[in-house]
Amino acid sequence: MSTRHYNNTDELLLERHDLQTIRDMIPAGSRILDLGCGSGRLLKVLKEQKQAKVTGVELDQQKLMQCIERGVPVIQGDLDTDLGEFADNTYDFVLLSRTLQSVHRPDLLLQEMLRIGKCGIISFMNFGHINNRIPLIFGNMPVNRNLPRPWYNNQTIHPGTIADLRNLFRELKIRVIKEIPLSNRGDFLPFLGKVWPNLFCSNCVFVIER
Amino acid sequence: MTTTQKQNEGSAGIVAWHDFTFGETEETALRLDCGKRLKNVVIRYETYGTLSPAKDNAILVEHALTGDAHLAGKYTPEDKKPGWWDDMVGPGKPFDTDRYFIVCSNIIGGCSGSTGPGSVNPDTGKPYHLDFPVITIGDMVRAQKRLMEYLGIGKWMAVAGGSMGGMLALKWAVDYPDCTNAILAIATSPQISTQSISFNWVAREAIMTDPTFYNGDYVTQPQRGLAIARMIAHITYLSDESMQRKFGRMLQNSDEYSFDFAKDFQVESYLNYQGSRFVERFDANSYLYITRAIDYFDIADAADGDLTKALSVAKFPFLVVSFSSDWLFPPYQSWKLVRSLLQNGTDVTYSNIISSYGHDAFLLETETLGDMIRNFLINRYKELTEQ
Repeated sequence: MSTRHYNNTDELLLERHDLQTIRDMIPAGSRILDLGCGSGRLLKVLKEQKQAKVTGVELDQQKLMQCIERGVPVIQGDLDTDLGEFADNTYDFVLLSRTLQSVHRPDLLLQEMLRIGKCGIISFMNFGHINNRIPLIFGNMPVNRNLPRPWYNNQTIHPGTIADLRNLFRELKIRVIKEIPLSNRGDFLPFLGKVWPNLFCSNCVFVIER
Repeated sequence: MTTTQKQNEGSAGIVAWHDFTFGETEETALRLDCGKRLKNVVIRYETYGTLSPAKDNAILVEHALTGDAHLAGKYTPEDKKPGWWDDMVGPGKPFDTDRYFIVCSNIIGGCSGSTGPGSVNPDTGKPYHLDFPVITIGDMVRAQKRLMEYLGIGKWMAVAGGSMGGMLALKWAVDYPDCTNAILAIATSPQISTQSISFNWVAREAIMTDPTFYNGDYVTQPQRGLAIARMIAHITYLSDESMQRKFGRMLQNSDEYSFDFAKDFQVESYLNYQGSRFVERFDANSYLYITRAIDYFDIADAADGDLTKALSVAKFPFLVVSFSSDWLFPPYQSWKLVRSLLQNGTDVTYSNIISSYGHDAFLLETETLGDMIRNFLINRYKELTEQ
């Protein structure tokens, strides 16, 4: 991927392998809903490079303003309460990047994603990663690049592992089309990720369908 | 970026109003929803900025119930107050008069220059008063369409409005979808709530039961009735929190209760002041007609009550903004609009700005709202001119 030619909108994604992975799998002209879209970086790229018809959902006022500045259509809403406003089957892809563990009911959110869209793409922070397990063995919750804030004030209110999420998909009868484990800068022995993603990948992108 | 732009903000300067008259003949008269026709229609309007050679930078700004065409700037340097949305309109401001050609016109039915119940009926030579036909938001927009043609504008770059002005903007979207490239609907609703209809009813009752109303044929304003109508409305423009914060239970003149029914509390004095100021600038009959138009407004009427279907003709981006403490046009009404737009696959941006100012927030939250409008318009203009 490093040999690819990047134009200026690409630079918005350089730091995030998971966002690059999502960008690369979206077909041109898709209808995209990004839940927890932040400042709209990914959607801006999808709008410009893939001519996608994009909508973001974001609660934070500052981030929302950044979306508007970028020209990304965005709805100020709460993923826990406002998704009912979206009609069934109105998007090709519903994206959820690093947000699943921050909502009150991840299981309900997954079902909402697949009600609103044909296909869901989730970028998931793997709590089972070795960088997280080591501090736990010594008795503390991890604080690291992927979980930069301590347990009492971080967004990750439902820490879960890749294995946990696979189980949840099974329970909810959600089909996993693709599972793409990803390593990030600072990961321990990243080349082992292919063998044992739940232990060696800090991030994983899932593509899911009903 | 925003800070430097703010430093460059200026006033719209000295401005002037214009009158456009149409409908002198039976054929060219304005067709109204009630079935009647309105002749010799005058539209008072103001413009700011310059229309581009391609005529692609015209924005129509709609005023609220008691607003007028005087959007920004002053008529003379001595004017005490500038136009009603002066914070938003001017060089470098969100509605940037260096970039766009801004038009604002007084609605028909009003009392600030355009034809209304106080105008002379060409058929009788006397003022209409209550013989003025009951008009709708659709009629107001239909009249503005004539102004648009007169100004030689084929398509607005955007139609923007807050409160009732937002209703007019939505009406443009549905009735003339080929005539605009964007809609900014602020603190508004696709239809008003039962509660708001109720407040309008009480306001009209206050006016019509004033003994000096004389069935609309008053010579001087029915002051008590009109002032009470305004006081009621004014309460609905604020919020519990903003009133609490501004007045609390503070007393007006002393530390003790008067033990009579004079104005003890500061808030009483404030409301009284608002009422008496309003009587100086507004017409009671106009108040009846405009509130009625608001009551009747339902954008879903265009599709037998199906809001989503009614809005399906609108293929351009929307900016929808509500305010958290607005109980006259509560956020759920904006959500209703947004839900239908999303279902249609229309580009929509929606923000519910956290504010304690109630409905008035759309005139007061100029910082946040201003940034949104500024960036929405900049991006829209870029998209349109790069196409």
